[in-house]
Amino acid sequence: MLTGKVALVTGAGKGIGKEIALTLAGYGAKVIVNYAHSEGAAKEVVETIHANGKEAFLYGCDVADFQAVEQMIKDIVKEHGRIDILVNNAGITKDNLAMTMKEEEFDAVIATNLKGTFNCMRHASRQMLRQKGGHIISISSIVGLCGNAGQINYSASKAGIVAMTKSLAKELGSKGVTVNAVAPGFIETDMTNVLKEEVKEQMMSQIPLKRFGCTKDIAETVAFLASDKASYITGQTISVDGGMHQ
Amino acid sequence: MLEKVREMMAEQWNIDVEEITPTTNLQDDLGIDSLDLFEFVMAIEEEFGIEVPTEKASEMHTLQEVVNYLEEATK
Ligand SMILES: NC(=O)c1ccc[n+]([C@@H]2O[C@H](COP(=O)([O-])OP(=O)(O)OC[C@H]3O[C@@H](n4cnc5c(N)ncnc54)[C@H](OP(=O)(O)O)[C@@H]3O)[C@@H](O)[C@H]2O)c1
Repeated sequence: MLTGKVALVTGAGKGIGKEIALTLAGYGAKVIVNYAHSEGAAKEVVETIHANGKEAFLYGCDVADFQAVEQMIKDIVKEHGRIDILVNNAGITKDNLAMTMKEEEFDAVIATNLKGTFNCMRHASRQMLRQKGGHIISISSIVGLCGNAGQINYSASKAGIVAMTKSLAKELGSKGVTVNAVAPGFIETDMTNVLKEEVKEQMMSQIPLKRFGCTKDIAETVAFLASDKASYITGQTISVDGGMHQ
Repeated sequence: MLEKVREMMAEQWNIDVEEITPTTNLQDDLGIDSLDLFEFVMAIEEEFGIEVPTEKASEMHTLQEVVNYLEEATK
């Protein structure tokens, strides 16, 4: 489905990003596995892909750093000639009630989630315009659509991703580039493992499909949006949340 | 240089060469939008093996201005 495509997945060392990298590689894409801190984990992802007989490359870069991202995209294009798929997955949380949130907590989440996504969109879209094609998929969140107590920073960053997706889709539509987002609900990863049992139970009661999501649920949706099967879809945010948000 | 760039523009935007005079305003007179212009700048980057800074690209409004820039850049 994605044979010969060059894909960059940010924050692909663990969790949802890891699954996306493995899935895209499984469909034949050459995957650049980006990480900021978890080098060891990211290396393992590359090795797993190699063990499956597919191509993958490691690239360390903090997505919040505008210039470092510019360099990363340049290096990828230099090495692989193109970039067909960009998956903006890197994200962090720093939860707190609005009235107790520190300025640094707000800024850090916006820097990685919102600006990090912008940085990658900004630099990759230049190359995609040159190629006259490409697919950009960013990981938003149900929280960006509904809001959530204790996550004013995170929900703003994720709502921002929805809006950037719509704007960029309008800018690049005539050039054959599609831009979409995926809004996961509750997915079992490190990010959600830290939540208390009561919180998890309360969440479950709001999920019509009566199970938490797994990383594969997100990865398969991303792969679909990255493929030609989704060529008439752009500017959309697809909820993958067991029916939580409707 | 001028003829070459003029032909590249005509081909890229699918318009007649005659429509593009050195001083025709590409955006106002030919209806080329900023994205089309930017795409064209990338085509010249490839053709001439140069890199055009984004600020410079947005200062190019006419064929003559593009050529002036190129003559300077490829000296
Ligand atoms: N889990 C959920 O239920 C859920 C729900 C909705 C949305 N999401 C979103 O899905 C995405 C993945 O989440 P996850 O659950 O897989 O979380 P995770 O396990 O905590 O993974 C986050 C990933 O982001 C990377 N990252 C963080 N800061 C980065 C930076 N500055 N530059 C590059 N990479 C960076 C991390 O890599 P390093 O360790 O190398 O920094 C890590 O690989 C996030 O955008 C998250 O907001 C998750």
